[in-house]
Amino acid sequence: MLPSRAVGGIVEGIMNNVIEVSGLQKRYGERTIVDQLEFHVTAGEVVSLLGPNGAGKSTTIEILEGFRGRDGGEVQVLGVDPAHPTRLWRSRLGIVLQDRSLNEELTADEMLRHFSTFYPQPRGVTDVLELVGLSEHRDQRVAKLSGGQQRRLEVGLGVIGRPDLLFLDEPTTGFDPEARRQFWDLIRMLAHEGTTILLTTHYLDEAEALADRALILVDGRIVAEGPPATIGGRGHLGATVKWVGADGAHEQLTETPTAFVAGLAAEFGGEVPELVVSRPSLEDVYLKMIGIHQ
Amino acid sequence: MSSATIDDRAVVKPPGLPSVLSVGWQRAKFDVRNFFRQKDAVGFTLAFPVMILVLFGSIFKGKVEGTNIEYSQVLVAGILASGVASVSFVSLSIGICNERANGTLKRLAGTPMPKLSYFLGKIGLVLTTAFCEVVLILGIGALLFHLHLPTDAGHWLTFAWVFVLGITACTLLGIAMSAVPKNEKSAAAVVNLPFVALQFISGVYVQYNSLPAGLRAVASIFPLKWLAQGFRSVFLPDSFLVAEPGGSWQHPVMALVLAGWCVAGLLLCRMSFRWGTEK
Repeated sequence: MLPSRAVGGIVEGIMNNVIEVSGLQKRYGERTIVDQLEFHVTAGEVVSLLGPNGAGKSTTIEILEGFRGRDGGEVQVLGVDPAHPTRLWRSRLGIVLQDRSLNEELTADEMLRHFSTFYPQPRGVTDVLELVGLSEHRDQRVAKLSGGQQRRLEVGLGVIGRPDLLFLDEPTTGFDPEARRQFWDLIRMLAHEGTTILLTTHYLDEAEALADRALILVDGRIVAEGPPATIGGRGHLGATVKWVGADGAHEQLTETPTAFVAGLAAEFGGEVPELVVSRPSLEDVYLKMIGIHQ
Repeated sequence: MSSATIDDRAVVKPPGLPSVLSVGWQRAKFDVRNFFRQKDAVGFTLAFPVMILVLFGSIFKGKVEGTNIEYSQVLVAGILASGVASVSFVSLSIGICNERANGTLKRLAGTPMPKLSYFLGKIGLVLTTAFCEVVLILGIGALLFHLHLPTDAGHWLTFAWVFVLGITACTLLGIAMSAVPKNEKSAAAVVNLPFVALQFISGVYVQYNSLPAGLRAVASIFPLKWLAQGFRSVFLPDSFLVAEPGGSWQHPVMALVLAGWCVAGLLLCRMSFRWGTEK
C-alpha cells in the first residue's frame, strides 16, 4: 500500500498534466515518423505543435486522440493511456479534425443538437451557437455556410460536450485573413474559459497569436520549446535597427536598441529617416531551425 | 438507517453516459433526416426500383409459360426483393463508404458515441427506407399490375420472416461491403456491378426457371434469389409452383441460406469494418 500522501501526489500530478508524453515512438515501415518525443501540457495551457509538413504533428496528435497506435513510449491524456480509450474518457475530449465532414443538408442547429446527445453533460446548443458566432445562421444548411463558418461549427461540435481538453489539427488551413482572425478570437475565448488546447499548425503567426507555448517539431523530434516570444533564443538575439542616412540605407544589429535609437535621434537632431526597429520574427527563428535540422 | 437512505437520494448524481439505445435512436433519426434531405439519393434509392417496375411491367405483357399468372405479378415480387436489397445492401455500403472517405466515421469515433449505436442508427435508416419502398412497390403492384395482397395471417407471417431475414443479411453484407471500394468515387460502381448482375440471374427481371442451370446455381448461393422466391411465395398463388424450382417454395432451404448469410455478414463486418482512424 502506498502512503496516502504519495497517492495524493500522483493524483495531483495527473490533474495538473493534462497530457504527458515520454519516449513516444512511431514508425511506418522503415520510416520513423515520431522519434523519442517528450513533452507535457498542463491544465489551462494552449500549446502549439509547430512544424513543416511531414514533421509528425498530425501523427502525434492522432496518437494522443486515441486514433493511432504507437510503437513505443508512455502517453497519458487526462490520466488515461489513449491506446485504451473509453467512452468516459472520450466524453472529456474535444477533437477538431483536419478533414471536413459535416452533413451538408443538415443545419448547424441540427448538427450540434445531435452531437450533444452523445455526452453526459453537454453545453446548450444555443450557447455553443453564440460562442462560435453562428447564432444568426443556426437554421441554415451546412452547405450554405462559408468555409470559416463551417470550421467554427466544427469547433462547436468539438466543444459541445464541455471538454477538458480540445485538440485542433491545422484548424485554419485555407482560410482568408479575416476568417482566421475571427477563428483566433474564438480559440482565445475558449482558452479564456479554461479549456486546455493542443493545436497543430504550420502557420507561425497562428502559434504566436494563440499559444502560451510552442513546440517546434522537425522530423519527428522537438527541436525547440518555449513561449513563442522567446523560443529558440528569440528574446536574446538582439534587434535590428534600420534607417536611411545622407549616404544611403543603414542596418545595425544591437543588444541595446533603445540607447542606439536615442543616439541616432541626437545625431539627426530629431526624426530619424525611415526608422525601423525589429526583432527576429518567429519565422526567422523557425526557418533557421528547420535549416539546421534538415 | 432510513435517514441515511434519504440523504443518499438527496445527493445529485452526475448524469452518466447516455445509453447505447438512446444514442442509437438519435443516430437513426439523424440518418433518416439526412437521407431524406438528399433528394438525389432518395430519388435513386426509392424511385429507381419503382421506375423499373413500371417500365418492365408495361413493356413485357402476357402470362408466364405453363401458368395463368401474369409476368407483371412475378415482376412485382422480384422488384420488391431488389428494392429491399437496394435500400439495405446498395444504399448502405455506398453511404458508409462515403462516410468513411469524408471523415464522418472518424469524427464519430472521436466522440463518446457507443460504436454499436452507429449500427443501430443504420438499422433504423434501413428499416425506414425499406418500409417506404415496400409500401410504394406493393401499392403500385396492386394498383397497376393486379397484385393480389394476401388477406390471411399465414402469408403475412411468411412475408415477415422472409423480410426480416433478408433485410438483416443484406444490411450486414452492405456494412461489410463498404470496406471493399478503394474510394468513394468507385463505390457506386463497385457495389452496383454485382448487384445488377445478381438481379438478372436471381429471378428479379427474368423468370427464374427460364434461366440456364449454371446461372441458377450461382444465383442460389446469394440472398437475392431467395428473397425474390420468398416474396413470390407470399404474393403468388400456389398454382405458380409449376414454374418454381423443384415445384416447391423451398421455405426451409430459404430460411437456412438467408440465416447463413446473416451469420456470414456479421463475421465479415467484424473482420472488415474500419472507422478510418488508422491509415
